[in-house]
Amino acid sequence: MDSTVTTGVEENVWGGGGNRPLGASYGKLMMWFFILSDALTFSGFLAAYGFSRFKFMETWPIADEVFTHVPFFHGNYPMYYVAFMTFVLIMSSVTMVLAVDAGHKMKKNSVIWYMFLTIIGGAIFVGSQAWEWATFISGDYGAVETKGGRILQFVNADTGERAALADFAMTLPDERVVHENKNGIWFYDEGSQPSYSVNEVLEGFKADSNILVRTEVINEEGVKQVLSRQESLAKLKNATQVVEGANLIHNEYGSRLFADFFFFITGFHGFHVFSGVMFNLIIFFNVALGTYEKRGHYEMVEKVGLYWHFVDLVWVFVFTFFYLV
Amino acid sequence: MAHAHKLEIFRGLLKFKSNTQKIWGVLVFLTIVTGIEVALGISKPTVLTHNHVLGMKVLNWIFIILTLVKAYYIAWDFMHLRDEKSSLRRAVVWTPLFLVAYLVFILLVEGNYIHNVIQDGFITWDFN
Repeated sequence: MDSTVTTGVEENVWGGGGNRPLGASYGKLMMWFFILSDALTFSGFLAAYGFSRFKFMETWPIADEVFTHVPFFHGNYPMYYVAFMTFVLIMSSVTMVLAVDAGHKMKKNSVIWYMFLTIIGGAIFVGSQAWEWATFISGDYGAVETKGGRILQFVNADTGERAALADFAMTLPDERVVHENKNGIWFYDEGSQPSYSVNEVLEGFKADSNILVRTEVINEEGVKQVLSRQESLAKLKNATQVVEGANLIHNEYGSRLFADFFFFITGFHGFHVFSGVMFNLIIFFNVALGTYEKRGHYEMVEKVGLYWHFVDLVWVFVFTFFYLV
Repeated sequence: MAHAHKLEIFRGLLKFKSNTQKIWGVLVFLTIVTGIEVALGISKPTVLTHNHVLGMKVLNWIFIILTLVKAYYIAWDFMHLRDEKSSLRRAVVWTPLFLVAYLVFILLVEGNYIHNVIQDGFITWDFN
């Protein structure tokens, strides 16, 4: 019996006596079925991401320039926070295996502790994910969207650093009349407005000769193309709206598909982590109540463990294809 | 109780005394690999970004290979595939590997084709 990890007596759901297909218990094999189908769903997402990225090869946003923030620190720190999240998830995977291992040895207290640490790790990861989303949604520099849906960003001519709209946009006297409920038969709330109008950005751009437009196009050097002053002014004629932050329709970082895939893929993964934390919590309480001690084996811990490692495994791929490549 | 763990990784190059030790060993290895990935991702050496193998940057090949290495150790040591029967292992690994390779191949070729159409077609797609 060196080929199975499961210990102790099994509930035999298979029927047909002592035969166990592939030497695995019913529950574990069903978990593997689920993991495989879920893996294919994630692959579908990531392959679709690859498709869109190949389609818009030279205008795709560069992840290093999008995810540059670390909580409580100002400045430009590409990758560090995502690397930290990856490490947290791998670490919680380790405590999960340790819990399974302690389960094999029927050490109830160690299982409780390791499960607890795993849950904490998962919670830190989900929290980080939420923070990452919030940062992405609120945006940092702001940009202008053109008639054709292209994004124009701004850089300082002397340093080459990105310029935020607030750095150069003018504040012009506002003549907007807010449409109110009492004046309309069909009334919509106007939703949120960007901090500057297109006109204010344009006037600010004309007044400040140090600002240049950066387009979505990636040049031979692997950096985004920066236009000259004249080209910038010509491009800006087509500007239709100011974009700050990202949602499913507009994205100040570049291609809107990038934002869509970011929300769908990391969201779907974050949802998996969240459900994983919930499963772990249930099992944690069962362990603490001594359910598995009475049952004689800790196979349930192993099953949620499989799911938890799978979530980690998926993140390894998301990390590579979304943040690194 | 009969549950033996296979306690060696790197094809027997590294043997551990207990399962717990092996877990920590794998963690150290995975952390090193992630560290290398992040270091390369931040520094982006020009040698690796300006040379291409099979149409892709060498750096991206390195990332993908390191990812598969990480995936292998997570599946083999954390998900205990190393201790399962080889039939289960094969069923779990080759099924998605085949399907995903097929899907990725088809979608990337198609994406590349559409890219070329947008690039070289006579119709404009960018209305400024």
